[in-house]
Amino acid sequence: MTAGPTSEPDTRGSRLHKRRRPGEQAIRAFLFFCGALSILITIGILYELGTESILFFQDERVGVFEFLTDTFWQPQVGRFGVAPLVLGTLYITVIAMLVAVPIGLLAAIYLSEYASSGVRSFFKPVLEILVGIPTVVFGFFALTFMTPLLRDIFGTSVVGFFNVASAGIVVGILIVPLISSLAEDALRAVPDSLRQAAYALGASKFEVSTRIVVPAALSGIAAGLVIAMSRAVGETMVVTLAAGASPRNFDLSTDPIFGHVLNPFQGAQAMTGYVAITANGDLSYNSVDYNSIFAIGLTLFVITFGLNSVSRRFVKRFRQVYE
Amino acid sequence: MTVEAPERKATDHFPNREEYQSLLNRRSRWARLFQLGCLLALSIAVVALATLLYTIVNDSFGLVAVVNENEPETLVAGLGYDPETTALVDVEYDELVGLLETSVASGVGRRLEREQRFYEDRLVFESEQVWSEVCSSAEPPAGCTAGPRDHATVYALVLERVVVPDVIAAYELVPSLVNPEAFEAEVAAGFEAGRFGEHTADEASIEWRSWFNLTFLRTPQSATPEVAGIRTAILGSAWLILITLLFAVPVGVGAAIYLVEYAKPTRLNDFIQTNINNLAGVPSIIYGMLGLAVLVRVFEPFTSGAIFTDGVPPAENGRTVLSAGLTLGLLALPVVIISAQEALKAVPDSLRQAGLALGATRWQTVRSQILPIALPGMLTGTILAIARAIGETAPLILVGAASFITSDPTGPFSKFTALPIQIFQWTSFPQVEFQKLAAAASIALLLLLLTLNAAAVILRNKYSRRA
Repeated sequence: MTAGPTSEPDTRGSRLHKRRRPGEQAIRAFLFFCGALSILITIGILYELGTESILFFQDERVGVFEFLTDTFWQPQVGRFGVAPLVLGTLYITVIAMLVAVPIGLLAAIYLSEYASSGVRSFFKPVLEILVGIPTVVFGFFALTFMTPLLRDIFGTSVVGFFNVASAGIVVGILIVPLISSLAEDALRAVPDSLRQAAYALGASKFEVSTRIVVPAALSGIAAGLVIAMSRAVGETMVVTLAAGASPRNFDLSTDPIFGHVLNPFQGAQAMTGYVAITANGDLSYNSVDYNSIFAIGLTLFVITFGLNSVSRRFVKRFRQVYE
Repeated sequence: MTVEAPERKATDHFPNREEYQSLLNRRSRWARLFQLGCLLALSIAVVALATLLYTIVNDSFGLVAVVNENEPETLVAGLGYDPETTALVDVEYDELVGLLETSVASGVGRRLEREQRFYEDRLVFESEQVWSEVCSSAEPPAGCTAGPRDHATVYALVLERVVVPDVIAAYELVPSLVNPEAFEAEVAAGFEAGRFGEHTADEASIEWRSWFNLTFLRTPQSATPEVAGIRTAILGSAWLILITLLFAVPVGVGAAIYLVEYAKPTRLNDFIQTNINNLAGVPSIIYGMLGLAVLVRVFEPFTSGAIFTDGVPPAENGRTVLSAGLTLGLLALPVVIISAQEALKAVPDSLRQAGLALGATRWQTVRSQILPIALPGMLTGTILAIARAIGETAPLILVGAASFITSDPTGPFSKFTALPIQIFQWTSFPQVEFQKLAAAASIALLLLLLTLNAAAVILRNKYSRRA
């Protein structure tokens, strides 16, 4: 700015700054509204899950204590214990993790440490396609491929048409790409100087990968695993189609643990499966069935939110190390 | 790794040649095993994908044994065509209607006409007098207002009502190709064992059937699996894509612009950011519950279209394509915001500073400097996010995509069905024909998503060429 007469201070600049610009303000307000809408969504979710759950617990057949401790989910006779549905969900999740963690982690190590760019450009798209396939198609796959396969291997008398194992394995396949991509990101974030230092000391590629890179990326990997777990808990279509529509009610004092409670070859309805099946039927508003899906939804929300928070904590720790 | 070292003299600090060799061998053996294990893990992922696609394709084609009530060839010959050269689907519209007229009971015909009429200007089954009475009654049937049927739907009706095919046994693609005789033997054995009810062996014909074909894409949903198609579902999914795009793109991009370009690091803005990350991890079925409780019930006057009309609302409740599209939009929103943020953050800061230094306001800078550069990247991420949302089934089940809808969606306030819902319903039926339909519909859904993804990739390539 050229120096003008100095007798009076030049205020043009500051006046321009303060000039009202209604258009700018309106655009800013709209953009803020778009951002704030996400808070409205969260409030909406919490409010609906909360109020409908309260209605559910106000029903005289339902009690909070029974909901948390009873091991029977039989709405027809007024028993509302969430344990069988949680059992179904957790069992499927555990099987899925058993399948997906080794495959996903080893795949990530290969892609990050070993693969040449040619190999990567073959495998990465495959994993991306797997991510893009809708879960209902995986459900179809579980029912028409995995279940018959298990029944062929172990015998139709052992393996039920609806079973936890088939659902768990297919959910596992579903989350492999998630684990491998998150873990690969974590492995690649490990600074190259660590690798070079280890090579300089004479370590082989195997030793560098397993003793230097993986431990260094551990919290990032753990975050990925927890996210994948949360995804498995919330997965709906595969468990609805393959794990059956009857909750696995159990009585710990009389039922054999591996014959019934933890039998992988029998069906067990999961939380998401219950919600989907119940909502798919004729559902009248304000019935106890209608309210019950929100109570189950709230349980599901709490579990996944908890898992996601744990994962975020891991990520934070990971960041602190390298940033 | 510890290796038992043999006794050696105090001066002999280094392993001798054999020890050294065996140590080295052991190290490289483990390394090779590990690398092989990693490669195996990746191959499992590839095998899983291949098996999945194989299962779908294998179930979508193959030999079937069909029993027709009326053979299509006889019908075509009856109309005076040569059955060698003309198939039933090639026959004129009027002749198809004629076939219906001669073979369908008049009560059924009237019902069909009331659902949707055959000609704009004349009636086939109803008399003019009854028709005008029915249409002026308090609740006129859909046929009074809707346009006439088209060739594809009438052909489907002829198949369903006149030909009445019944698939009594079906085979998969690979065994059909490798060993077709086994299927014939199986069907013959089935007849001998009396497994096919009152049908006899000479009624049945064994033919090749592609469950995934053009007719399948063009015919509406039907309770008879032999003639069911997915036109209704494809149109439903198309409406969902449209509504989801119209909602999630402006709002998502707006939110991303706010967070990247405007938001100062206040507590509120941090909270918004954390909240968006949290929402991205919420299971899709919970969005379905939100859609059911808020969009379908609380906003029913809006989502059923009641507030837009004075008299009769377009839909009887809020379970419309609009509710479902908005639910999917909410579901896609966090992912859209996050990917749009990435694209905005990739724009170099110097451009912002240059814009502001020239005296442009923040919005002018964003609109003319930053958005043009970030837009292709944003759109790519957005389309990918919406493709994910379109494949979702659980939210649609909750919002109530009705399973049995045979009429095409006509607007945002229509009841509807969508491809994932159709696959879900068909998969959960036990009959083998429905499994085939589910497989064929899966192919259609995968092709639809592939198209969306291809669009995203094309955009990305165009973008990277410019940069």
